[in-house]
Amino acid sequence: MTIETTAAQPAAAPAPAETVTMTYSEAIRDAMRIAMAKDPAVFIMGEDVGTYGGAFGVTGELINEIGPERIRDTTISELGIMGAGVGAAMTGMRPIVEIQFSDFTAQAMDQIANQAAKIHFMLGGAVSVPMVIRAPGGSGTGAAAQHSQSLEAWFVHIPGLKVVMPATADDAKGLLLSAIDDPNPVMVIEHKLLYKTSGEVRTGDIRTPLGVAAVPREGKDLTIIATGVEVSRALEAAEILAADGIEATVVDPRTLKPLDSDTILRTVKATGRVLLVQEAVRTLGFMSEVSAIISESDAFGYLRAPIKRLAGLDIPIPYAPKLERASVPQVEDIVAAATDLVRKW
Amino acid sequence: MNTQIVADRELAAASLATMWKIRRFEEAVEDLYGRGLMHGTMHLSIGQEAVPTGACLALNKDDYITSTHRGHGHCIAKGADMERMMAELLAKETGYCRGRGGSMHIADTETGNLGANGIVAGGIPIATGAALSAKMRGTKQVAVSFHGDGAMGEGAWHEGVVLAAMWQLPVVFLCENNLYGMSMSSEKAFNLDQLSDRAKGYGIPGVTVDGNDVQAVYDATKEAVDRARAGGGPTFIEAKTYRWRGHSKSDKNLYRTRDEIDEWRGKDPIPHFEALALAAGGLTQADIDAVRDNVRTELRSAVQRANAAPDATADDLLSAVYAR
Ligand SMILES: Cc1ncc(C[n+]2csc(CCOP(=O)(O)OP(=O)(O)O)c2C)c(N)n1
Ligand SMILES: [Mg+2]
Repeated sequence: MTIETTAAQPAAAPAPAETVTMTYSEAIRDAMRIAMAKDPAVFIMGEDVGTYGGAFGVTGELINEIGPERIRDTTISELGIMGAGVGAAMTGMRPIVEIQFSDFTAQAMDQIANQAAKIHFMLGGAVSVPMVIRAPGGSGTGAAAQHSQSLEAWFVHIPGLKVVMPATADDAKGLLLSAIDDPNPVMVIEHKLLYKTSGEVRTGDIRTPLGVAAVPREGKDLTIIATGVEVSRALEAAEILAADGIEATVVDPRTLKPLDSDTILRTVKATGRVLLVQEAVRTLGFMSEVSAIISESDAFGYLRAPIKRLAGLDIPIPYAPKLERASVPQVEDIVAAATDLVRKW
Repeated sequence: MNTQIVADRELAAASLATMWKIRRFEEAVEDLYGRGLMHGTMHLSIGQEAVPTGACLALNKDDYITSTHRGHGHCIAKGADMERMMAELLAKETGYCRGRGGSMHIADTETGNLGANGIVAGGIPIATGAALSAKMRGTKQVAVSFHGDGAMGEGAWHEGVVLAAMWQLPVVFLCENNLYGMSMSSEKAFNLDQLSDRAKGYGIPGVTVDGNDVQAVYDATKEAVDRARAGGGPTFIEAKTYRWRGHSKSDKNLYRTRDEIDEWRGKDPIPHFEALALAAGGLTQADIDAVRDNVRTELRSAVQRANAAPDATADDLLSAVYAR
């Protein structure tokens, strides 16, 4: 990535030298390129990650730069790929395993849940599994029920896994580099709708630490806590709310496990109202846990309104575009729920 | 000796019509998608029409099939209604799945189609289960699992075949080897001269046939189905064919050459079949033209009627999750 400077650009407003505009997808690729240049143990393995460039084009042309030894195309064998990742990670390599759609982690679940997550503890700390799993989740592409799920709660529910959900291009890069460093299996749940979105991304070998939430917006009236694609929807909603005189704080946990409860509780105490937004189905979703954490803490005493959740309907994602859209929280749903919360309480 | 399809006027016309229906249906889908009138994703089987056509000719209406993400052909060959299929892809209430499934999830239980599948190899153990059910219920039904070459890398393939072999179930595992699973060549992937070599390791018969030849696919399927119905257990069939189009819309075809695609376009199963039927006397040129024209008319009206149908409704989404 290069920053283009032309004579036509006003000298007063150059992009800060240390960032560059790139897509979420390019930012992930940049992170992988940096990690592979630095550490020969890092390699990528997955279906069609080579010449094809990945099902969503994320590995792109990396195979031309790095070669097929470290950008390894596999057969369609998620369980095998995941297990090969675990075995390689136990013995000195640092695999990045790409699963084409997070739905297909179902095929690989034994290796994720019973092997990768448990080995370090179960074996008394004798070995660790420094592996990264990258998988896109979420709906919005018309791919229907088996290609659109938001399964983060499955992984958060398994002790031994770390789980991150980058919502911006910069976080996609910074969190992935932290995940690669981490001595544990880290599940990185990307979002298909974000791949083509752009943002300012710090250049070079940067980090976004695991376990630290982002607070992209601060306001006094309510705290909106959102994950994944819902972060950008929450920010868009916050703009609309501001025009209506409602000032929202937006919190993006970024890492679901380990969770930055401190930031959540601090912002909730400051506003006294909380709206939790996730794309995943409501029942036993990640935000159910956030709600419980708030309820159990001293922040509870600061609440002026009941905690409100906005979540996907408890249904498989339907194909028809109107139905698909109606299945998960949209900007207007966030605006309506936030307005209700502030006006009623 | 099986019936010579191309020499039998009725069978030849029916087979040719099935291939044209698949081809025209998918061309229409491609066009609608290209013009932004269709949503989601799709996988086209253009070039592979002879496989489902030959295989389904060997099946009874109440025999089962399980299908794949590339399933329009299986669905049509088993007898589905193109209007309801098109309505599904157009997200209409009158579609096979009421607009909830789309291309990758069409099922037509009336013709024994237990469903396309978004999960590679997802249908393989399901076919084993349908065959188990037929056996336990004492019917003479057979199940055919259509699947791709890529599916043979999945654990589900292995486990589905192992159970079927142990219980000697009436199921046929029919691999459409179109030489690639997305970008992975089946030759590179499997270290086998032919995929049917794998059958021996599972203790079942295996055979490889020309998947662009309706008769060859029919003969192999007929033999397998007859054996299955007679209690002789499962069979594996590899039908070698080729996918002309990209895997899906995201495919830039970087993993194969233009020459290779052109070579296989030269082996188009439809004119191949037409030439054989003409030579064998099963069909005249007038018959051939009539089949093609009738399919075109039928498809056009299917698209029109599907388009005019009401959009899928969100009214009872929540109550539709559990069976009552
Ligand atoms: C479990 C699973 N893994 C990966 C995919 C993504 N995917 C869809 S089709 C496909 C290739 C399948 O190849 P093959 O079985 O040969 O069928 P073909 O597409 O050639 O008809 C892949 C990798 C999927 N849908 N399900
Ligand atoms: Mg294939």
